[in-house]
Amino acid sequence: MSAVIEGAKRMKTGAERYRAGVMKYAQMGYWQPDYAPAPTDVLAVFRISPQESVEPEEAAAAVAGESSTATWTVVWTDRLTACDRYRAKAYRVDPVPGSPGQFFAYIAYDLDLFEPGSIANLSASVIGNVFGFKPLKALRLEDMRFPTAYVKTFAGPPTGIVVERERLDKFGRPLLGATVKPKLGLSGKNYGRVVYEALKGGLDFSKDDENINSQSFMHWRDRFLYCMEAVNRSQAATGEVKGHYLNVTAATMEDMYERAEFAKELGSVIVMIDLVIGYTAIQSMSRWARRNDMILHLHRAGHSTYTRQKTHGVSFRVISKWMRLAGVDHLHAGTVVGKLEGDPNSVQGFYNVLREGHNPMDLSRGIFFEQDWAGLHGVLPVASGGIHAGQMHQLLHYLGEDTVLQFGGGTIGHPMGIAAGAAANRVALEAMVLARNEGRDIWNEGPQILADAARHCAPLKAALDIWGEVTFNYASTDTPDFVPTPSVA
Amino acid sequence: MRITQGAFSFLPDLTDEQIVKQIEYGLANGWAISVEYTDDPHPRNTYWEMFGIPMFDIRDAAGVMSEVNACRKTFPNHYIKVNAFDSARGRESVRLSFIINRPAEEPGYALVRQEGPGRTIHYTTRAYATERPEGARY
Repeated sequence: MSAVIEGAKRMKTGAERYRAGVMKYAQMGYWQPDYAPAPTDVLAVFRISPQESVEPEEAAAAVAGESSTATWTVVWTDRLTACDRYRAKAYRVDPVPGSPGQFFAYIAYDLDLFEPGSIANLSASVIGNVFGFKPLKALRLEDMRFPTAYVKTFAGPPTGIVVERERLDKFGRPLLGATVKPKLGLSGKNYGRVVYEALKGGLDFSKDDENINSQSFMHWRDRFLYCMEAVNRSQAATGEVKGHYLNVTAATMEDMYERAEFAKELGSVIVMIDLVIGYTAIQSMSRWARRNDMILHLHRAGHSTYTRQKTHGVSFRVISKWMRLAGVDHLHAGTVVGKLEGDPNSVQGFYNVLREGHNPMDLSRGIFFEQDWAGLHGVLPVASGGIHAGQMHQLLHYLGEDTVLQFGGGTIGHPMGIAAGAAANRVALEAMVLARNEGRDIWNEGPQILADAARHCAPLKAALDIWGEVTFNYASTDTPDFVPTPSVA
Repeated sequence: MRITQGAFSFLPDLTDEQIVKQIEYGLANGWAISVEYTDDPHPRNTYWEMFGIPMFDIRDAAGVMSEVNACRKTFPNHYIKVNAFDSARGRESVRLSFIINRPAEEPGYALVRQEGPGRTIHYTTRAYATERPEGARY
């Protein structure tokens, strides 16, 4: 490497550093390969795709600069501040295995850069300005590490997995749900019928879809009243606690609070919001849910616009971390086997981020940093989209026990009716959990376990006959890029 | 009707052999097994009566089964459930719970509606059996 290029990466100091004009971000001090991140730093790893003429270290420095204190030119007013501290430091750049022209850039941010307890402030800092930056062809935020001191400024999920299970009195198995279909067009009375049949048949939850709010075919009050009739009827029919995620998403916070208050007044155990309402609205609803003993379900509407493509956007593992901090109880996080994008390793990474008390670094699942959650409650991941009873062994294998499995089409499209569809899913689930606990190899024996269970359950037999062979085998776009370390074992 | 609380109520009633395997699963995970019974099956009846405290120190399934059988012998016509409790930090709660005994007849629940303003309804769920005194319900 030539001396000129080396010089371009070295930080300038004193009067030379603050001479008016434009200089490289690395020269301004945003590339510090010797920097050892402090335990109190917020860390981020970006996937950067620099323009051909741009050195990766300079591109990393530019991201650090534009996501902290820098602008395009030198400003003397930096010298009125403790700028060495406020400057984010790019401290490591690694080529992405198998992807020429892409690099993982590690950046450390001082804790003082962030307002306590605000996802809006965190995200405005870290992704607010850098994604349109010309020296980069593309940019993606892959992962973040939050120090305990920062985690402790968030209240986290208002209910959490453990308390949710205690409130619902449901232990030892995944919960079951279904989204009402068709998602648009049903009247309140017909909508409530679907809810009643699904819950009576054996589901724990039914769900509004992301775009069910208050349209001309069904106003929100009507939907809430009919759904709560269905919830209460099904409770009396089964002896179980049931719930329907009443979507309170609306145009304004005032409308959302009004809808949430009405859900509370009617005795609902759970309300729902969409990711598109924004981080501040999510944190406001989390606070409301905590004050009112309400489970808060978050539908990740819109996330694929920025999570799916590997070179651009924000990874869903980062969104998962932000939403755990912001404080939701349920978050859709992928199914692996269903109709929507989901590499098994990436999805398990999201689930671990949402559920575990501590995440070790796990590059095979896309987790770049160790993360301690400092006692913050876990978020219950929701698996929804193109899954059916015939996949029960795979779902339990990949996703584990603390999850909500949502079979919309697989419940409502059952040939013997909605309640039969729900019963088929519940029997399949219970049979699989029973077999797993008995020590059976459900991955290999799964189809046989289901066939045996179907002998005492005609609806399960019918479900397996129709959907048993349905799969969605397409290559995933969002897979972890890493070089497996040879094992000594 | 059949009350479907617990992890395995949609399956045919578990045999003793199946119950033992679930208990062994709980013990292998280090959980404490407990036995509870009730004749008030309201969905929000959190506190079933404890048939003794959780068996923190009984680590063999046969020992647990003798408690299960003693409970069934004492309360043959009650609901009885087996719970597995996990005291690990971050959980400190029940990990598995399933019904292993139920009354011969399950009359189910009445749903009482009280009409309020604005089409709102306040609901009360009441088990038919609880109209009689405790101990004389099934």
